[in-house]
Amino acid sequence: MSEWTTAGYLWLAVIASGIYHGVNPGMGWPLAVSAGLLDRRASELFRALGLLAMGHFVAMIGILLPFGAMMTLIVWEQQIRIAAGFIVIAAGIYLLINRRHPRVLARIPPAQLALWSFAAATAHGAGLMLVPIYLGLCQAGELDVGHQAAATLMTGNLITAAAVSVVHAAAMVASGGVIAIAVYRWLGPKFISQSWFNLDIVWAASLIVVGGIGIVSIGLAQ
Amino acid sequence: MTVRPDRTFHATAKLAMQAPVENFAYTLMLSPDFSQPDGLAIVDVNPKSKDYGKVVHSVIMPNKGDEFHHFGWNACSSALSPLNGHPFLERRFLIIPGIRSSRIYVIDTKGGPTKAKIHKVIEPEEVFAKTGYSRPHTIHCGPEGIYVSTLGGGGPDGTDGPPGIFVMDCETFDVIGRYEIDRGPQDKQYDFWWNLPRDYMVSSEWALPPQFEKGIVPEDLLSNKYGHRVHFWDLRERRNVQTIDLGANHQMALEVRPAHDPVKEYGFLGVVVDTTSLEGSIWTWWREDGKFHCEKTATIPPEAAAKDDLPPLLRGFEAVPPLVTDIDLSLDDRFLYVACWGTGEMRQYDVTDPMKPKLAGSVHIGGITRKTKHPGGGDYRGGPQMVEISRDGKRVYWTNSLYSTWDDQFYPDGVPAAMVKASVGENGGIILDKDFYVKFPEGYRSHQIRLEGGDCSTDSFCYPSV
Repeated sequence: MSEWTTAGYLWLAVIASGIYHGVNPGMGWPLAVSAGLLDRRASELFRALGLLAMGHFVAMIGILLPFGAMMTLIVWEQQIRIAAGFIVIAAGIYLLINRRHPRVLARIPPAQLALWSFAAATAHGAGLMLVPIYLGLCQAGELDVGHQAAATLMTGNLITAAAVSVVHAAAMVASGGVIAIAVYRWLGPKFISQSWFNLDIVWAASLIVVGGIGIVSIGLAQ
Repeated sequence: MTVRPDRTFHATAKLAMQAPVENFAYTLMLSPDFSQPDGLAIVDVNPKSKDYGKVVHSVIMPNKGDEFHHFGWNACSSALSPLNGHPFLERRFLIIPGIRSSRIYVIDTKGGPTKAKIHKVIEPEEVFAKTGYSRPHTIHCGPEGIYVSTLGGGGPDGTDGPPGIFVMDCETFDVIGRYEIDRGPQDKQYDFWWNLPRDYMVSSEWALPPQFEKGIVPEDLLSNKYGHRVHFWDLRERRNVQTIDLGANHQMALEVRPAHDPVKEYGFLGVVVDTTSLEGSIWTWWREDGKFHCEKTATIPPEAAAKDDLPPLLRGFEAVPPLVTDIDLSLDDRFLYVACWGTGEMRQYDVTDPMKPKLAGSVHIGGITRKTKHPGGGDYRGGPQMVEISRDGKRVYWTNSLYSTWDDQFYPDGVPAAMVKASVGENGGIILDKDFYVKFPEGYRSHQIRLEGGDCSTDSFCYPSV
């Protein structure tokens, strides 16, 4: 597999995870429907989608940046990637065991949608799901350009973090947005309960799988 | 936890109206002299069933003296908002507080109403220790879990500190703690409800425990010492943002019934009695530009009566007050039902224009002086009291007891448990069903009714009806 295709697949994974998060009602698209219907204006629906995307973006970049910064410690790169994989797996296991209602989230007022979106994504480890993909991208980029000064590498990693977060949040809001608009215009609110599946276990398993792939891919690369 | 949302959860009130109809009702039974344990009766309300109108199952509690009053579900349609974070709860557990003992029972209805059984008992000490409140009353499921209003504060007579609302975990049923961060001038409590997407709550005032536990205190009533204010709250900030005084003569502001469609920022409130005229009244409250308002929009006059026909409490007035003790709003926000417990009348108002309720239907049954019989021929003592409307708005059920000690003052001959049903006409109007007349076990009185799959005073909807 050439380096270009590895990066290509990883970017596809960034988009795919964005769509996955976006279509999940738990990440907020029904709130955009509610906002549009409450004010009887589609503009309110789009405003809500924008706030949801913003919150989701901040939740992503907030997780990726520290990992990006750590990755400049070239000597520890493998250890960091392995540790990151285990953190993601641990988060998955935690969510699998602790399936309690996160009451703190319920205290966020409906008017603060961006904050809610950030908190919901963070509480469900949505950002962590991106970490192994992101670290893979950092490494792919690094192999592409060879060894560089730490500062240059750092800048590269940070730009990648921003790009991954933007692309992911865009895919998330586009997929959730399409559903929200379809429900608002044609399908009606009945679709909300019809389309909602309990993804708690699948979601937690996704984290474990992504973390696992992250660790295994390090082994394969050697 | 389920894989799909509970089929009795509906995004909008309109969808809830289209759902399959109820086959069973849950009705609370209380032993007024505390000689028997209180219970939950499951009543068959399917007209095609051979047991139509009969108690087909009952759950009898292990304690005496709880005094059952109101109750509610662990989860409702509000779970369909992602903001609440618990979409896969089941509408499965009934939370039944003892208004006198402060004990709370959690009843599991898994397997159907006729399989209902006790799941958990929360002892009064847990409520006292974790909340400082006593005498739990109204139950609503909402963002943080189960919200429970209380009528008493701490101490043996419930006057050590104001009563308020506390929150219970909706999965473990652990009592978490007080709801209020800033209660403002609120010092009495009765009912509460909210508009979830608009993020406000409305609460009302009945009285403090010494004013009701041993019976109504006439001196307190005539000096206007019962509750007469309505409080508006920032729901998630848990802060009282506005208090409206209805005027001291408007004694006992009880049920709060917001429009079910969250687009509508209004609701209703029933006031038991105006001490200057003995009238009962309906009030409409609404929010405009962030401010709340409340106005009297309908009154019900007292009926003249001969001294000798009246219980000692009312002899001096030579009149029967209507005593508006419960109101309930249909899911389409069209008809408001008003129980006149004193005069023995169930009224139906068309509230299409919420500022101008129009009388659309009425039936008489019971009453202090009228004593109207059931059309099936049976006695009906007391008056129409706790009223519940089917989700589709076509059937209305009600019982006859208000509160053990008050029953005895207004209806000294006793108020044996009754539950009746009326059918609603296409464009309003109500008629009693002569075949529906529930016989309860001896010695019990009946209070609140809940319908299988939700009814008009349980579910909060997070999406507008379109």
